[in-house]
Amino acid sequence: MKKHPGQRSVALLLSFLIPLLLDGKPAHPAGPQARGIVVAAAISLSEAFNEIGRLYQQRTGDTVTFSFASSGELEKQIEAGAPVDVFASAGEKEMDQLQARQLIDQSTRANFARNTLVLVVPAGSKAALHSFAELEEPSVQRIAIGDPKTVPAGQYAEQLLRNMQLWPKVESRLILAENVRQVLDYVVRDEVEAGIVYATDVNIAKGKATVVASAPDKDYGPILYPIAVVKDSGSTQAARGFVNLVRSPDGVRILTKYGFLVPK
Amino acid sequence: MIWPAFKLSLLVVTVATFLIGVVGTGLGYVLAKRQFRAKELCDAILTLPMVLPPTVTGYYLILLLGRRGWVGRYIYSLTGWSLAFTWQGAVVAAGVMALPIMVKSARAALESVDARYEMVSFSLGKGEFETFFRVTLPLAMRGLVAGIVLSFARALGEFGATLMLAGNIPGKTQTMPLAIFEAFIAGEDRQAKELALILTLASVASIYLTNILTRSQKSA
Repeated sequence: MKKHPGQRSVALLLSFLIPLLLDGKPAHPAGPQARGIVVAAAISLSEAFNEIGRLYQQRTGDTVTFSFASSGELEKQIEAGAPVDVFASAGEKEMDQLQARQLIDQSTRANFARNTLVLVVPAGSKAALHSFAELEEPSVQRIAIGDPKTVPAGQYAEQLLRNMQLWPKVESRLILAENVRQVLDYVVRDEVEAGIVYATDVNIAKGKATVVASAPDKDYGPILYPIAVVKDSGSTQAARGFVNLVRSPDGVRILTKYGFLVPK
Repeated sequence: MIWPAFKLSLLVVTVATFLIGVVGTGLGYVLAKRQFRAKELCDAILTLPMVLPPTVTGYYLILLLGRRGWVGRYIYSLTGWSLAFTWQGAVVAAGVMALPIMVKSARAALESVDARYEMVSFSLGKGEFETFFRVTLPLAMRGLVAGIVLSFARALGEFGATLMLAGNIPGKTQTMPLAIFEAFIAGEDRQAKELALILTLASVASIYLTNILTRSQKSA
């Protein structure tokens, strides 16, 4: 390949510019505390964690970046080597799988929140649904739940429907969503007659979705949220700091404000 | 999981390709042979799904065809049925996403037909309809078939808009690309690999076929 005379100077220029674009500072060897941390968290935690994240930044000056998705999706990303420092899952299964592959620091693992399932319908829905048992009525054509393969809320919902002997009757009407917030979105948009979501999710859809029944967690749970520092984290100290804040009285106060229960 | 996804993809893509072939040829003909204001604007709007993120196209389709959509609400109140979360919804999503390729190919193929042949047909007293089917269409056939094959390949690979409009329901709306996504996330690597291989082979075959069709057209 023929080299243009300008090519080298362009490359030189780029080598200065690219680090500038990436983090706004020239490329100095960054200290561990300058990096900030990445927290991968179940999407049901998004509002509570955003608030805890603001508190963390105020106190430490470190930045927190969140990646919210279904716990199954996040687990897969961490397995594939995603640069994540803390993982907070809506199910113990996902955390167990990472632990079995020795991808998390077991000593930092703890359950920090609990949740329950509720049945929601679109606001002003004509289908007069009052209980989970009524899901088998023919007027209920579409029921949204999380995809049990990757979404913990979907796994709990499947367990609940199986325990109530409803699963075989409603299986063909299920709409499987990519995460629990998509279930709520289907309900809000009136694309489905009913959906099964966490009790905490409903707060963000006030006025657009109505809770018609809640289920005691002995039928499917308990729904426990584990958190742990990821082993490959380059900022173990900061990551531990975030986990401690989540479990501190201030963290618990924020979690309960968004409707989460504290595990016994 | 592989077999239902394969069968469903075949059904969705066959129906979508048939519709695209007919509609795309018609639109391509209008764009190639008619002069009207805003013609290039129409072309641009029809091409939009090719450059927009599929999720944006999917979002528009939901706004249009969802149960509360601008058109969807009337379908729903008349029939109690909605396109969302049905295989027909997957057909619409794949069709809209692949239509631009067909329109572009059809317009180019039909424009390349020498207008003198059509003039001769008109001067012999044949109408536009008969001229189209007996002169224009046969002359543009190779280009049209190439467009259909490419549209088929594009429809086969449709993911984003399908996920939004039709959802991801195994056996009902879970086409091969969606099944790959779910298999990968769920850690079922073998199934993901097998489906990926099938799609790759089908895509290579489609492009190969298109190249043969368009190349021999030039040498002919």
